[in-house]
Amino acid sequence: MHRLNLDQALIAKARNGAIKIANDIQSHIDQRTTTSVERAVLRLFGIDGITEDGIPLPNVIVDGILHSGRLGLGAGYWFANGILHYQISPQDLAQEIAAGKINLTSVPVKDEGAIREQMEELSQLGISRIVEKKLERDMLMARLGQGIEPLLYVIVATGNIYEDVKQAQAAARQGADIIAVIRTTGQSLLDYVPYGATTEGFGGTYATQENFRIMRQALDEVGEEAGKYIRLTNYCSGLCMPEMAAMGAMERLDVMLNDSMYGIIFRDINMERTFVDQYLSRIINGFANIIINTGEDNYLTTADAYEAAHTVTASQFINEQLALKCGMVPEQIALGHAYEINPEMENSFVYELAQALLARELFPRSPLKYMPPTKYMTGNIFKGHIQDCMFNIASIMSGQSIHLLGMLTEAIHTPHISDRYLAVESARYVFTAMRDIAQEIYFKEDGIIQKRAQQVLTDAVSFLEKVAEVGLMESISMGMFADISRNPKGGKGFTGVVYKGPGYFNPFIDAMLKGGN
Amino acid sequence: MEVNLTGIKPYGDTLDDGAVQLSFTLPIDYSDEAVEAARLLVQKMGFDNPKVVFSRDIGRGFSYFIVYGKAKESIDVTKVKVQKLKVNVMDKGEIEAFIKKDFGRNLNVVGACIESDAHTVGIDAIMNMKGYNGHKGLESYKGINAYNLGSQVSCEELAAKIIELKADAVLVSQVVTQKDIHIANLTKLVEILEAEGIRDRVLLVVGGPRIDNKFAQELGYDAGFGPGTYAEDVASYLVQELKRREREVIQE
Repeated sequence: MHRLNLDQALIAKARNGAIKIANDIQSHIDQRTTTSVERAVLRLFGIDGITEDGIPLPNVIVDGILHSGRLGLGAGYWFANGILHYQISPQDLAQEIAAGKINLTSVPVKDEGAIREQMEELSQLGISRIVEKKLERDMLMARLGQGIEPLLYVIVATGNIYEDVKQAQAAARQGADIIAVIRTTGQSLLDYVPYGATTEGFGGTYATQENFRIMRQALDEVGEEAGKYIRLTNYCSGLCMPEMAAMGAMERLDVMLNDSMYGIIFRDINMERTFVDQYLSRIINGFANIIINTGEDNYLTTADAYEAAHTVTASQFINEQLALKCGMVPEQIALGHAYEINPEMENSFVYELAQALLARELFPRSPLKYMPPTKYMTGNIFKGHIQDCMFNIASIMSGQSIHLLGMLTEAIHTPHISDRYLAVESARYVFTAMRDIAQEIYFKEDGIIQKRAQQVLTDAVSFLEKVAEVGLMESISMGMFADISRNPKGGKGFTGVVYKGPGYFNPFIDAMLKGGN
Repeated sequence: MEVNLTGIKPYGDTLDDGAVQLSFTLPIDYSDEAVEAARLLVQKMGFDNPKVVFSRDIGRGFSYFIVYGKAKESIDVTKVKVQKLKVNVMDKGEIEAFIKKDFGRNLNVVGACIESDAHTVGIDAIMNMKGYNGHKGLESYKGINAYNLGSQVSCEELAAKIIELKADAVLVSQVVTQKDIHIANLTKLVEILEAEGIRDRVLLVVGGPRIDNKFAQELGYDAGFGPGTYAEDVASYLVQELKRREREVIQE
């Protein structure tokens, strides 16, 4: 539907700018690997568990190879060579390495072809497990069906996975379609994935493979009761981005927060590291039919939502192109945007609607993720409930797909169970009352909405052209995104970036690039 | 209608009616008994004539209630004491003029969300160029060198930055307060600054949605700012307090 009278040539220009940016970054990515990419490879080989000191086995193994200066060949290479030499199971080999009985890089090296063949064989475990989970999801969705768009997305964040389960099941019974388990504050900066079921977290719950499994099972249970498939969301971000993708794919998560630049800008994670990490993480997500949520909404928490609207649009184009490079299809790329204009501004709703419609028209196949007001929420919960209601109206009027429910207590605490109930009730009321409103409306030619959308697109095009000209990394250094400046060699995790050697091979990249669906 | 300040009660539509609205969830299945339990609970809380005006099953094992009641208790407002920051709030121009006239140098202000806290919305609102709601942040002030270190800055890292940047003032933000994590973080910072011997060299200020001045001072901070604070509120306090301290040093 074309309601904004956008200039199609301008849209093509925006996409071309983003393609140029993505190609440029890809040449950086192709030369490098990281510790977390290699740990993800081991996890997909089936390596799991921790040492007596609580260090995950993939970390022990990859750190050993890194310290011997041989990670440029990839962890898969050394691990496969170890299997060929000792003829033991992958998990046994991992444990022997962790116990200090085997030093992988001093094992006599077998023939290159044999090693590659062994790697391919090891990779079948992860690949077949993910394929099995995809089929399981397809079958459950076919049998149970799913909610109608905009899908109601709520968060749980108790810090205790068992408490999260109770709240998530209650939310699903109230009508939620997607449950996101918020991670404990600080997890994005851990350079390892915690292990097992956890009950202690702040502002969220540790993302661990066991916690993924527990919540998946709980949502499958309540889905039977609610008569629809309940999607599970977690975070594929931070220093362990590719490992999170591997774990999520193996435990049948459905949605992952997975942005190509969020960690760099908002968590000061090293730029080189993040671009390499997001590549494999998105390849895995793509292959596993997982929907990714990008994080453009976050720009507006630091920059002004009205003035910086074009940076959100530009970033959506960049995120889209980087995801397409990973074999994802548009139906998996849930680009983010948010309702964050100052509510006191005259016509704030009109501008919000213009922005929401713009995103919808620019990315017609993408299941956009629309974020509620947070920045201008106050302790006045009654006004807050109305702000959220206005957001609900903008969402249904612009045909959004994934609707993150605003909580009236946003500025006060992690949601109480009744806050979530009130949010679901309000959204269902608005969506039911206005179900077909979007098809009933045309916007005035050259009215405020059309003009605003056209202006944002025009600004986004110049922004993208500038980024394409100076390069994405340099643009981030210059503080062009969210008013925050980062240095390519700075930030956390830079020591985990290594150049690939001539014989580097990652068995999952080619196999999974065949993509989703 | 004469209001008795020594015995103030909530006001609904009649003086001293004590009207209060409550909402809460009980972790039990919805039933007539659950509704009655909610009513009795509100009565036990000290409210007369509680009325459950709305109740709903909000998922197995949880019931939600909206209840009105009449408060029995009253409060003597004439005896209420609040620790307030004594600060003459100036606008940006006045603050810039104040710095130029009274300091003759730039003031160094370092800000951070410390330890586990990843929520920069508060510190950004005070420090970043654009500020919040039309109130420009400290970065835009002439005479202030504002360094916003961002999220998840460890106390050790912050202490090192305070020394490196010769900070006059430190702004700490804490947004996440689940399980009182903010108290642990804020206490740790004071301990580290004391151990480094730099606590008395800086003005130490904390802000956040659950922070007030009294709470801040109890934790060993010079001041605390809660919701609704803008950059000029903080900057007014900083320049006046730094000036007062400078004067004290000269007098000694």
